[in-house]
Amino acid sequence: MSGCMKPEELERRLAPVFGKFGSKQEYLIPLLQAVQEELNYLPAEAIQRVSEYLAVPISRVYGVVTFYTQFYLKPQGRNKIKICQGTACHVRGAKTLQDAVQGKIGVAPGETSEDGEFSVERVACIGSCALAPAMIANNKIHGPMTPEKVEKLLDQIREGQGA
Amino acid sequence: MSEVRKIESAKDLSDLQSQLAGERNPEKAVITVCGGTGCRANGSMELAEALSKELNAQGLDDSVEIKLTGCHGFCQESPLLEINPHKIFYRRVGREDLEGDVKAIVEKTIKNKEVVDHLLYEDPVDGEKKEDYGEIPFYSKQTRIVLRNSGKIDPKSIGDYIARDGYSALAKVLEMDPEEVIKCVTDSQLRGRGGAGFPTGVKWGFCRNAENKEQRYIICNADEGDPGAFMDRSIMEGDPHSVIEGMLIGAYAISKGVAPAAGYIYIRAEYPLAVENITKAIEDAEAMGLLGDNILGSGFSFHIKIKQGAGAFVCGEETALIASIEGQRGMPASRPPFPATSGLFGKPTNINNVETWVNVPCIINRGAEWFNSVGTEKSKGTKVFSLVGKVKNSGLVEVPMGMTLREIVFDIGGGILDDKEIKAVQTGGPSGGCIRADLLDLPVDYEKLAEVGAIMGSGGLVVMDEDTCMVEVSRYFIEFTQKESCGKCVSCRLGTRQMLEILSDITSGKGTEKDLDMLEELGVSVKLGSLCGLGQTAPNPILTTLRYFRDEYEAHIKDSKCPAGACEAMMAYSVIADKCVGCGACLRACPVDAVSGEKKQPHEIDQEKCIRCGACYSACKFEAILKE
Repeated sequence: MSGCMKPEELERRLAPVFGKFGSKQEYLIPLLQAVQEELNYLPAEAIQRVSEYLAVPISRVYGVVTFYTQFYLKPQGRNKIKICQGTACHVRGAKTLQDAVQGKIGVAPGETSEDGEFSVERVACIGSCALAPAMIANNKIHGPMTPEKVEKLLDQIREGQGA
Repeated sequence: MSEVRKIESAKDLSDLQSQLAGERNPEKAVITVCGGTGCRANGSMELAEALSKELNAQGLDDSVEIKLTGCHGFCQESPLLEINPHKIFYRRVGREDLEGDVKAIVEKTIKNKEVVDHLLYEDPVDGEKKEDYGEIPFYSKQTRIVLRNSGKIDPKSIGDYIARDGYSALAKVLEMDPEEVIKCVTDSQLRGRGGAGFPTGVKWGFCRNAENKEQRYIICNADEGDPGAFMDRSIMEGDPHSVIEGMLIGAYAISKGVAPAAGYIYIRAEYPLAVENITKAIEDAEAMGLLGDNILGSGFSFHIKIKQGAGAFVCGEETALIASIEGQRGMPASRPPFPATSGLFGKPTNINNVETWVNVPCIINRGAEWFNSVGTEKSKGTKVFSLVGKVKNSGLVEVPMGMTLREIVFDIGGGILDDKEIKAVQTGGPSGGCIRADLLDLPVDYEKLAEVGAIMGSGGLVVMDEDTCMVEVSRYFIEFTQKESCGKCVSCRLGTRQMLEILSDITSGKGTEKDLDMLEELGVSVKLGSLCGLGQTAPNPILTTLRYFRDEYEAHIKDSKCPAGACEAMMAYSVIADKCVGCGACLRACPVDAVSGEKKQPHEIDQEKCIRCGACYSACKFEAILKE
């Protein structure tokens, strides 16, 4: 992963991303989103480069990065599991899904497994309330879920059948 | 419509409309498959593909059209499809046997005009099977203005939208005086659908009359963050052009003859399909000359950019949303100045919510008086609700203002899941309140909901039953607002934290009698001391539940009991020895080794070690774990 990425490698990967944006503060959030899309998280070196490119103080860039929940300062797992915390999911048992995920792969919300295989997150309402309780595995919405279905789904992902 | 060509004038548009109407063969079978997020999660894309393959294999692909539409609303029964002109509605298609269902539909319905019985919807009230979806109470009780096209058109086809009178309101407006347009919207008494209910026409007037003559910004607030609400997502996924047409009309009314206008749609990144469809809609509208420079040859120009949110609930507040578009932390600013005088980049800005914009073309086409005829004295038109929670028919519903909660929950929603007792209805998400079941005959409009301490909000309507603990629900909402508080106002930042801690104490059995007074006092302070809507409304769920469900709070504090049986810390788990077969499922499920016992012998739970997580209860297949 990009944790020990060489400066040249970082430069090579970021150049085309930066090329899509003008150098105005207005583009700070879309640029950070694009950088994260490319690198899977926002390493300190990349944040430095964004700050220089837009001529926005690095403190301001960090201010924005830490304000919005979508940005990650740590590498994310190859498989991203997101458990919806919307009201409908909450009253229909979102907690049981979280317990099932944690029981199955031992990763608590907000953490990434040691092998880098899974990241687990509790996310704000994904607007799929009629499928409550719902979760997202690698951008695909699943629901209504039960702890049994969660286990099955995680098995499938691990065996590489995808989600 | 195969090709996208430039439309030069209003006449060109109406010619195209007639041409599209002429091309349509009313006899040709059309299968509309719902491609909304809910149906997709249950396999509607695979269904559409399988249908297309089967039709192809049977040589029927020329005589039958498959149309992938946006959300039909009845997500509970997904995947949905409708076959016209036969007027047959099928639900849960392919959930169990995709291949079999697809074969049956083609063989029976398409070839022989017979219905496939097991795919029909069965009314839970009278047990009858319904063929036409007009007969299903979930649909027949609705009035669809905002959702007029959802489920009817292919959201990726601009031709589909134009064929249903799309962009004719724009053409009409371009020949009107801008003040006249504002008057029409004001006379319609349309109020903002994002929650606050401010009169839309009046808001437009403020922005038009602002002193600055350099620029006007027109923004669509599509940052739908209320947990339990998905109206805006479905509209953008299912009918994106109506959002664009509404914005065009607003831009013309506000800026024509005053200053150039530019538009932004601020949309949650969590809604990828909505982003995709609205992006495509903007490109197509530009290619046809309905958006961009010199629209329909009128000399009026307007461009729309998309900005994706980055996950902050507070950005639904208009000043925070503006800060976010500017590339800053999404923190609200004090008002005045209002955005209408100094908003985005310091220029006059008008922000309306998705649902508000979508009402506009209808009002222009059908007139203010027509819109006025729907609804109650002070709340006109309809409201889209996402009806969710412990209700049988979850989904998206649009009802005239003034319909009672009872009609919405029981007639449209089909009643409570597993026929349990309804306890409350929650409206307005974390800013709203819980309405007790004995107030269900309340007609839904802005004023009536405010009278009982709730709000209309953006339209989340969450049904709660006897198993829902109201104290725990309050804790859930305040946990949400505490996390989403931007931290600018002390009373919101610290007050929500204090309230969360008190409620966490109460739900874990550590509450004291003083807590309830403290919650009320804190609630009032947070409301008074906060700059924006987030803080001003954050205490609402707590204050309304204290008002209507005080006995539940007291039971937690005085008797250490959760009457709904939902608060885990108040539960004790034990093994019913007679029912236990000694399978060991609970023993393996227990994360703290509190369960012991020999194989095939009744097990035991060590109450000292037990953390009351309920894992044993969920794992047991013999109902041998007692939870009380």
